[in-house]
Amino acid sequence: MTADGPATERIRRHQWLASVGSAVRTPRGAMGLGLAGFVVAVAVIGPLVAPDSPTALLTFPFGKPSGQFPLGADFLGRDVLSRVLEGGWLLLLMAVAATVLGVAAGAAAGISAAYLRGRSDGLIMRTVDVILAFPQLVFALLLLSILGPRLWLIVLAVGLTHAPAVARVLRSATLDISERDFVKVAELQGMRPATVMTREILPSLSTPLMVEAGLRLTYSIIIMAGLAFLGFGQPPPSPSWGTMINENRAGLALNPWAVVIPALLIALLTIGTNLLTDAVGRAALGVDRRPGEAALMDDLDPA
Amino acid sequence: MRQAEGQAGERAEDTPPFRLEVRDLEIRSGSHGPPVVSGISFAVRPGDVLGLVGESGSGKTTVALALLGHTRRGLSVSTGEVRLDGMDLLRLRPAGLRQVRGARVSYVPQDPSAALNPALRIGYQLQEALRVHGRTGQDRNPQSRILEVLREVSLAATPDLLRRYPHQLSGGQQQRVALAMAFACRPSLIVLDEPTTGLDVSTQRHILDTIRSLCRGYAVAAVYVSHDLAVVSELAAEVAVMYAGRIVEAGPAALLLHRPLHPYTRGLLASVPGPDRGGPLAGIPGQQPPPGHRGPGCAFAPRCGLALDPCRARVPEPAVLAGRTVRCLRAPEADSAAGTARSVSRPVAPAAGPPPAPPVLSVRGLSFNYGPVPVLSGIDLDVPPRGCVAVVGESGSGKTTLARCIVGLHRSWTGEMTLQGAPLAPSARHRPVPVLRQIQCVFQNPYTSLNPRKTVGQIVAEPLQRLLGVPRGEHTERVISVLEDVALSRRYLHRYPDQLSGGERQRVAIARALAAEPALLVCDEVTSALDVSVQAVVIELLRATAARRHLAMLFITHNLALVRHVAQFAVVLRHGQIVEAGPAEQVLAGTGSSYTAQLMADVPRLRS
Repeated sequence: MTADGPATERIRRHQWLASVGSAVRTPRGAMGLGLAGFVVAVAVIGPLVAPDSPTALLTFPFGKPSGQFPLGADFLGRDVLSRVLEGGWLLLLMAVAATVLGVAAGAAAGISAAYLRGRSDGLIMRTVDVILAFPQLVFALLLLSILGPRLWLIVLAVGLTHAPAVARVLRSATLDISERDFVKVAELQGMRPATVMTREILPSLSTPLMVEAGLRLTYSIIIMAGLAFLGFGQPPPSPSWGTMINENRAGLALNPWAVVIPALLIALLTIGTNLLTDAVGRAALGVDRRPGEAALMDDLDPA
Repeated sequence: MRQAEGQAGERAEDTPPFRLEVRDLEIRSGSHGPPVVSGISFAVRPGDVLGLVGESGSGKTTVALALLGHTRRGLSVSTGEVRLDGMDLLRLRPAGLRQVRGARVSYVPQDPSAALNPALRIGYQLQEALRVHGRTGQDRNPQSRILEVLREVSLAATPDLLRRYPHQLSGGQQQRVALAMAFACRPSLIVLDEPTTGLDVSTQRHILDTIRSLCRGYAVAAVYVSHDLAVVSELAAEVAVMYAGRIVEAGPAALLLHRPLHPYTRGLLASVPGPDRGGPLAGIPGQQPPPGHRGPGCAFAPRCGLALDPCRARVPEPAVLAGRTVRCLRAPEADSAAGTARSVSRPVAPAAGPPPAPPVLSVRGLSFNYGPVPVLSGIDLDVPPRGCVAVVGESGSGKTTLARCIVGLHRSWTGEMTLQGAPLAPSARHRPVPVLRQIQCVFQNPYTSLNPRKTVGQIVAEPLQRLLGVPRGEHTERVISVLEDVALSRRYLHRYPDQLSGGERQRVAIARALAAEPALLVCDEVTSALDVSVQAVVIELLRATAARRHLAMLFITHNLALVRHVAQFAVVLRHGQIVEAGPAEQVLAGTGSSYTAQLMADVPRLRS
């Protein structure tokens, strides 16, 4: 317990690493990591191994799977396998970017509201309430239909619609921490509010931040894919899983793979990230800790 | 107190039979883990109170819960029996246990505000206690039975009280309700787990009186679990002292407290502060080993000044000696030496005459309101150079608010405050860095005052960088020297707070305050979260450091017994006003104000 090598030292400093580490050792976490990892691998390695060009017209529309085209052809006669392999990385990238943006903005708003209290709290949280009043997808569609479907705008719109929910969660987590005496000590050492929030409070919020990031990533993927399905995504010739579902649903009876495979990949990815997030959250909170261990800890640390 | 070997059949005819007999109880963590408590044997007669004394981690609560046939999650009873009127509770099935609990064994928890259901009315909760065991009485009105129970615990038994919710009662009233629930079914045994911790001294005094009279009146056997020897000595006829999962010394309270034989008992007694004596407190250095790290020998040997090689080789067997049982190889010698091991009364050197130098801190007419409610009004206070002023008061007296106004955590107070002659801005935000450095604060709870994500080295270096502007290269060296001041070695530099014990954490907090080289140290209830042996170490450390560094100190405490051990001056607060102020001995003598006199009378004292 007291003997610390440099390795454990690093893990203690970054406690989220420890939580992720123990999470992937649970069945739930391993399964989540496996599913999400598989889909990420398809999206990342896919473009390198795709057999054909994703945009070339190679065969009949909705051609059945064959030796040359293992997943058949889409509504224009393009190779579905190549389009699937090419069509994931941008979706993933945009989902991650929107998540980072949303969690960062939400965390900044939530932590400031809780720590500064008073007027800032009111201003920030009422703004949050207003944004929350719009359904997330509708809000994103509204922005896109006004300003036009640009990729950066999609990221911005999805990210901003995440921020309010993140802000609420982190506000309540911060309320608890900002009342602790070590925050008062920091104030008495003349630290500025911004420094107190980043140096003293933020490190203690790694658990809610991790869980929120995982949860929002899942939502980002769903919303991004949904927007692509509705036609707000990459412009037509380039492949995208969400777009493919929409384009090819007319030929569902002729070549189901053109719809099923992209849909399946999106489903596996969201299930995977969800399971992994859940496992990390449980590990960080100690839900799955062995009972013997838990009782001993109580005994040692009554406070 | 009987040993396990003393068989029930050998009991003398004229003594009443034991209500509760515990024999050779051992509780392990998991089924094969290290023992948490072992070799626990004791017995209690009807009407008697047994005090089970130990510091946190000694296993006293684990034993207390086992008396109700309960073990915490992850613990299991491996051997032993708990006999209540001859029936072994540990052999009962869950349904049988439910019959017994509440009816024949009842439990009073430490924190009544957490134990009472906040969503149910008091009357309903009391009625439930009776109804579950069918004790509402067929021939009597249940309401009148409840009112009778309430009268027994000296609560105004009005129907109005029954309609209230727990949060509408004071802490003392809540604890009385919990007592009423425990006594409602006329149990044979009642287990009290530190029921007066967190209550003010006068409330504590009343609760203790109630417990004593109820146990005698209804011939209830009671086990009173506490870390506070003074409280136990007021109530218990027999005392069992636990250390690291074993009973190290047990016997009649008068014998044990007057002539302790086990070195741990002696250390514990020397650590207990007394309201009537000043002088140094002798703490016990080191800390209690956790389960699994207790070694093959006597668990106290690493902290014991008398330990010999045989002590470290095997656990000493309990031996009957001078009227008590004691687990110590060196007890016979201690018995023949026969000295009363109480520390010599040597008061803190009183400041000679009126302080000639101007005060370090001077407060005039300080008032503070929370909304319309006055919390502090018209406080005048001077802290002389190198002097220590104790601010004492019950909860709600405004003493912590006073500390927060002084350090600058509240900004809307009125009045005047000067530090070394210069006026102080109300809020820390408006005080320049050199002024912030001059006043340092140590907080009550070392579990929340250290950032859990920073190492001890980083924590102590913070004031060096922010308040003193020491170049980064010199940090480590200066941090180590400050840590040595509080008796922590450089090995602690890279540890995190959760790797430290409560006492070590508080020493780190003190080191952080000292690192800023302040003129005034404000200590807000710094020992109330600590065990008594650790409290003594921390108090001595504060006193020695303040003397060495010529610090002025403001010592906020609810514990009157500590005052004369640390302070030359005392200020008594009540409802936000100063009742009395002056030299500590004079104030505590209780001649100046009836309030102080009452407080002093209510402080539990070691009876020996």
